[in-house]
Amino acid sequence: MDKDTSKRRNFLRAGVALGLATVAPALSRGAAELLGEAAADDAAAGTGNTVKLLSPTGEIVEVDASELKLDTHDHASTMARNVTGREGIEGRKFVMVIDLGRCRNARKCVTACQKMHHIPEDKEWLQVKLMKDNDNAAPYWFPKTCFHCDNPPCVKVCPVDATFKRSDGLVLIDNDRCIGCKFCMAACPYSTRVFNWGEPEIIEPTTCPPYSPETSTPSKHSTVEKCDFCPDMVREGKLPDCVTSCPNGVFYFGDENEDTVTNGSETVRFSALLKEKSGYRFMEDLGTKPRVYYLPPSSRMFPVERGFKNLTPEVKERFKDIQ
Amino acid sequence: MNIEKTSNTLLKEFGPQLATWSRRELAWMAFWGIIFLGGLYALYVQVTEGHIVTGMRDHVIWGVYIVNFIFFIGISYAGAVIAGLLHLFNPEWRKPIMRMATLMTVISIIIGPLYILLCIGRLDRLHYLFMYPRLQSPIVWDVIAVITFLVGALLFLYLLAIRDFAILSRSPEVMAPWRRKLYSFFSAGFINTRMQRRDLNLALTVLSFILIPTVVIVSSVLSWIFGMTLRPGWHSTIFGPYFVLAAIYTGTGVLVLIMWAFRKLQKLEAYIQERHFVYLGYMLVALAAGYGYFTFSEYLTDWYTSEKWNAELIHRLMALDQYGYMFYFANFAGILIPIILIGIPKFRSINTITFSAAILVLAMWFKRYLIIVPTLETPLIPMQDTRLEYIHYTATWVEWSLTAAGIAMFFLMFKLASKFVPIVPIWETSEMIEKEKKTAAEATPATPTTQTSLS
Repeated sequence: MDKDTSKRRNFLRAGVALGLATVAPALSRGAAELLGEAAADDAAAGTGNTVKLLSPTGEIVEVDASELKLDTHDHASTMARNVTGREGIEGRKFVMVIDLGRCRNARKCVTACQKMHHIPEDKEWLQVKLMKDNDNAAPYWFPKTCFHCDNPPCVKVCPVDATFKRSDGLVLIDNDRCIGCKFCMAACPYSTRVFNWGEPEIIEPTTCPPYSPETSTPSKHSTVEKCDFCPDMVREGKLPDCVTSCPNGVFYFGDENEDTVTNGSETVRFSALLKEKSGYRFMEDLGTKPRVYYLPPSSRMFPVERGFKNLTPEVKERFKDIQ
Repeated sequence: MNIEKTSNTLLKEFGPQLATWSRRELAWMAFWGIIFLGGLYALYVQVTEGHIVTGMRDHVIWGVYIVNFIFFIGISYAGAVIAGLLHLFNPEWRKPIMRMATLMTVISIIIGPLYILLCIGRLDRLHYLFMYPRLQSPIVWDVIAVITFLVGALLFLYLLAIRDFAILSRSPEVMAPWRRKLYSFFSAGFINTRMQRRDLNLALTVLSFILIPTVVIVSSVLSWIFGMTLRPGWHSTIFGPYFVLAAIYTGTGVLVLIMWAFRKLQKLEAYIQERHFVYLGYMLVALAAGYGYFTFSEYLTDWYTSEKWNAELIHRLMALDQYGYMFYFANFAGILIPIILIGIPKFRSINTITFSAAILVLAMWFKRYLIIVPTLETPLIPMQDTRLEYIHYTATWVEWSLTAAGIAMFFLMFKLASKFVPIVPIWETSEMIEKEKKTAAEATPATPTTQTSLS
């Protein structure tokens, strides 16, 4: 697991540094793996080796690793370079795929998200709903993040540019700008956003990173918050905590430009995954163009009942209408 | 000139009312003053502790504040439309009620936006609306609309009052010198020359032509705060015109109530006559019909096609264990009672018209509640929440107290304004009395029945 994580981190990091994203369409699966491994090995080993890279024309070229400028910035340099967090990560187009067939409502994503953002238990940026589309349909667990829509209704209505769409596809909130009018909450059809109605409770405030729209923490009173796809983690070459904490690999996170997504243990072609498993977007007809795709809850790994195990009475109570 | 003479008589009648406070009026001020202070305390609590003290939560993110916002703004828009239309169509009878209509406009456009401020979590960042405005946001449209409208409404009120300011500044027997100085300042050198009369009338006409379409625009913009979202019950193409009609309907009702109250309080029976009630009553019937048509058409289309969320919302609205009673009151009583009581001549009287107005004003407040709260309680994604206050909205004492404070503010400001300018415009009413005397004298045997028999 740890090894996987470090490889993936390097893979992502190399991607950031080399700007491969723009040439991704020409990339075959094999080449991508080769390239990923090469870049990863190099990042791990240091300089002195040659690295195979894909040129803009689609040829594989070898360059000396010392010529590569690998971006090894840490959190502080991220902050310094991009104080407002309003600029997207260049060349990226983040995307998420959620495999409903794998979810058993373990709720590790929910707690990991809360821990990472220092938010209390009753505030869920990531929720797991129990969906039942009609009377005869089988119920299924439905993890719901922010959809980071390409046509975001929330961004349209914000009067002060506190919530914004970035070039890398993310919809973020600047809590230093937000005036707390809640119009975005009215506009979001997915009930994604939460409001700090009172003084927000901040869990373990001492370990909180400094605030930026990318860290989304610590919470600020009377402002709106939501799932942010953890761009601060991505900048460090890590995956969002919901992805890594999931025991069943439900969440695939990646880059649409690279056409690659990973759930931590397997890295796959984004387009191929959607094709093979009939990926779809939730409520496509609303026209919001989400960046989150779902794989239908077919060939399930767990019966839906598994999801009721080990729930607190409070959480269990939520699903009483469908149970 | 006769008008001068009549206006002197009126001045003698209204002058003392302007300058002194009766015991009853003081009690009135004290009563609403206390309610207003209660609201200030509630505001203090809300500002220090945050919106947690309200009943609003993550699903129902707006509550009675926004209901009051729509309500007061609607009243205001109606005042402007009535005053503007009456000025343009120029019927003589309008003159005694013009001041009330314009005062209503200005006072409600001051109170209404205060409620939207109460919905804003970070009042300390309010200036961001001007520092970083985004034109795409309907809230920014509304900020522009309300400010534009406020300026127009104030100008209209002022221009209509100039002649009275001139009269009051020349009334040494009733006014203290400092007040006469103030009136003289506000009269802006108006000495009733022909040119001044012409210019003033022209200005009022131009302003009416500007204000009436402005009302349509600003009312629509208000509705688009809701219409521009992907929510059942909000995302509707008729919301613009629907809100325009609803606003005028409510505001006309409120004007009737104000006329009734001042008529009783200040014994104005000679000036605010039955015909004023009847004419506004006719307007109410027409508006009720139009508004009722919109209401029917809005609910019918949602109900008939039964799209998932619309069907859910309609069920919530109509179910008696949910919003049923409110729904039937707002959409049936609030429309049918005025039509029946005013529409059928046998039932028509000052009291029934006032009663209808009271019912419809209340119904329209509930209607706004029905637009806001049930929709927010019907999200597209199932709530699956166990926190009762998140599932179902109930306004807290803070919200009710601030609601009462808004009503108190309305009465207080009205009363204060009526101490500064006569609630029945002196100049124009004198004009009306003279003109009607003249027509009555020309049609020899006829007596001015409307004036005497109905008070």
